Amino acid sequence: MTSFYYALMVALALGAYFLVRSRAAALASGQTLHSRPTYHGLLAAAQVILPMILIHFAGSIMAARFVEHQALVAMDPALLTDELRRGAAFREIREFAIGRGAANATQALQAGAAMYAYLSALTNWAVLGLGLAVGIAMALFSLRSISGEFRARNRFEQVVRYLLMACATVAVITTIGIVFSVLFETFRFFQKVSPIDFLFGTHWSPQTAIRADQVGSSGSFGMVPLLVGTLLISTIAILVAGPIGLFAAIYMAEYASPKFRAWAKPILEILAGIPTVVLGFFAALTVAPLIREVGTALGLSVASESALAAGLVMGIMIVPFVSSLSDDVITAVPQSLRDGSYGMGATRSETITKVVLPAALPGIVSAFMLAISRAVGETMIVVMAAGLAANLSFNPLDAVTTFTVQIKTILVGDQEFDSAKTLAAFALGFVLFFFTLTLNVIALAIVRKYREQYD
Amino acid sequence: MSFASPMIQEPASAPEPAVAAKVAARNVNVHYAEKHALKDVSVDIPARAVTSFIGPSGCGKSTFLRCINRMNDTIPICRVTGEITIDGKDIYDSRLDVVLLRARVGMVFQKPNPFPKSIYENVAYGPRLHGMARNKTELDEIVVNSLKRASLFEEVKDRLQESGTGLSGGQQQRLCIARAIAVSPEVILMDEPCSALDPIATAKIEELIDELRSNFTIVIVTHSMQQAARVSQRTAFFHLGALVEEGSTEQIFTNPKDKRTQDYITGRFG
Repeated sequence: MTSFYYALMVALALGAYFLVRSRAAALASGQTLHSRPTYHGLLAAAQVILPMILIHFAGSIMAARFVEHQALVAMDPALLTDELRRGAAFREIREFAIGRGAANATQALQAGAAMYAYLSALTNWAVLGLGLAVGIAMALFSLRSISGEFRARNRFEQVVRYLLMACATVAVITTIGIVFSVLFETFRFFQKVSPIDFLFGTHWSPQTAIRADQVGSSGSFGMVPLLVGTLLISTIAILVAGPIGLFAAIYMAEYASPKFRAWAKPILEILAGIPTVVLGFFAALTVAPLIREVGTALGLSVASESALAAGLVMGIMIVPFVSSLSDDVITAVPQSLRDGSYGMGATRSETITKVVLPAALPGIVSAFMLAISRAVGETMIVVMAAGLAANLSFNPLDAVTTFTVQIKTILVGDQEFDSAKTLAAFALGFVLFFFTLTLNVIALAIVRKYREQYD
Repeated sequence: MSFASPMIQEPASAPEPAVAAKVAARNVNVHYAEKHALKDVSVDIPARAVTSFIGPSGCGKSTFLRCINRMNDTIPICRVTGEITIDGKDIYDSRLDVVLLRARVGMVFQKPNPFPKSIYENVAYGPRLHGMARNKTELDEIVVNSLKRASLFEEVKDRLQESGTGLSGGQQQRLCIARAIAVSPEVILMDEPCSALDPIATAKIEELIDELRSNFTIVIVTHSMQQAARVSQRTAFFHLGALVEEGSTEQIFTNPKDKRTQDYITGRFG
């Protein structure tokens, strides 16, 4: 029914467009139009499409509620007040109505299903009829409003403006929605676990007893080991990616011949396209054993899953972020500044360290910030290479765990949504979100300052 | 850099101008890839005087200017042949350190290009680079003197630590001149230094150029014939990559020998 509705809508819009355009064109031969015929046509099409979409959305939502209510009443009015059985009963009704229900259906279920089928069809047709009527009315209205003075061009401009605004609003509202849903669950978590214990506790062991007779599952939610693990791995990553990425960017921007740059830069950017799961097993199967062998040969005790392995590979992963963004800001430094420096008798490296890099520094710092927030939020590599053990350790050779790994561990598999263990994932997610948000805000603020600099 | 031109001339045997030549060019040719941008330019530039290069756009005057401190080296496709000497020494000699050459031959660019650093740091840049000051007091002295000689000190003395990019266009250009003279160059090249400035700022720069003449050899490229007439003692007219005529400014503007020079200064083209 939906596809039929939209096919009708497109046909109607196309019809309105061509009809109105040709009418306007015919009018144009006699007098000067304010707007070209195409704009009259476009406005007509928009006036058909937008109300019809609106009617379909609003109509479908309202119809669904109405149908559910009436079907449940037909089955058993007591269901309406019973939150738990209500959902299950309605699912049963729907299944039965489309012919997948059990053969031994009760009388009540059959009545509900019959009501459901009848009202569904009715409301569908009602929405279709209403939409069609409005669409045709709007098309006729457009046809009547054609005149020499009618400012279709300005009207269409407004339509475009509201359309763009709607898209922007969707993006913003989604973000706000996600933040609030995480925030809400975090509050629920803090009703079970004290925020002080969560933020400053040094022991992480999220197993809680499901039954009273279980042992060894006290459940403690101190996030400090995870924070330390995350920071440890991110620090290793940025220590790897920072110098490599920055120096690669300096070479690309200042020294490399255009020919070398033309093929080397895309290759470096391919690195950013390697799926992190591939980098993850590279870390777990190649780098981690290598580090352990080297460490053992040197007489060190190295865990088979170590922060160092995860950090190194993650560093490689974020090299393209650092190098590509840094390269852009270094190239954006005006040539006139370099000329000024060369003209003073500076060598190339003096020019780079004393003029180009200071001028590009805010941009480079923000490149680093974005790379760090990328590293902090990375999951796959750490899942595979860093382990699950929540050790509170600053030793890069130990196995550590991070926010992302714990969130993934908590939420994989079956869980009930009222336990502290599951809710802890949201609290961790909120901390992580806050962390990367802060980094991004700092990076953006720095970039904004930087933009004002050469004017 | 090849300068094995068969027509090489002894700098000593060149016709002596009224003042001793500081910079002497002989048969200089410049190619940008396939384009022959400068053709057989030979000219003497006298010490402690202002020499202006005039000519229509694309005539090669800026290209020639950039040959004098080898700024064209930074353009990969650019090839320079011929001979340019400063005080009799070939500056395209392979043993010459181009970095030291540029410390001796300062440059001021068309668009003011202060570094995004403080006013103080802008002027201190060159002296620091070349280790010209042994301590902070000496450096302060160089900075203040340079700003004074660029007639900028009075305007900025209370805000030396503020950014150089916050100054007005004319002030920025005087800051660039202060930056250039801070390393005590012998020659200052100016590539249309007033083209981005308003008339009042231009007048200040011109006044400054006239003052600087007693200590420096100045070469200025300009689009404005009036400016050339006002500030320079000698003028060279370039056209289509060739040096058409060179002489005292008075002679070029009142009694040009070449028809093309006359046409240009009377405004018939360009």
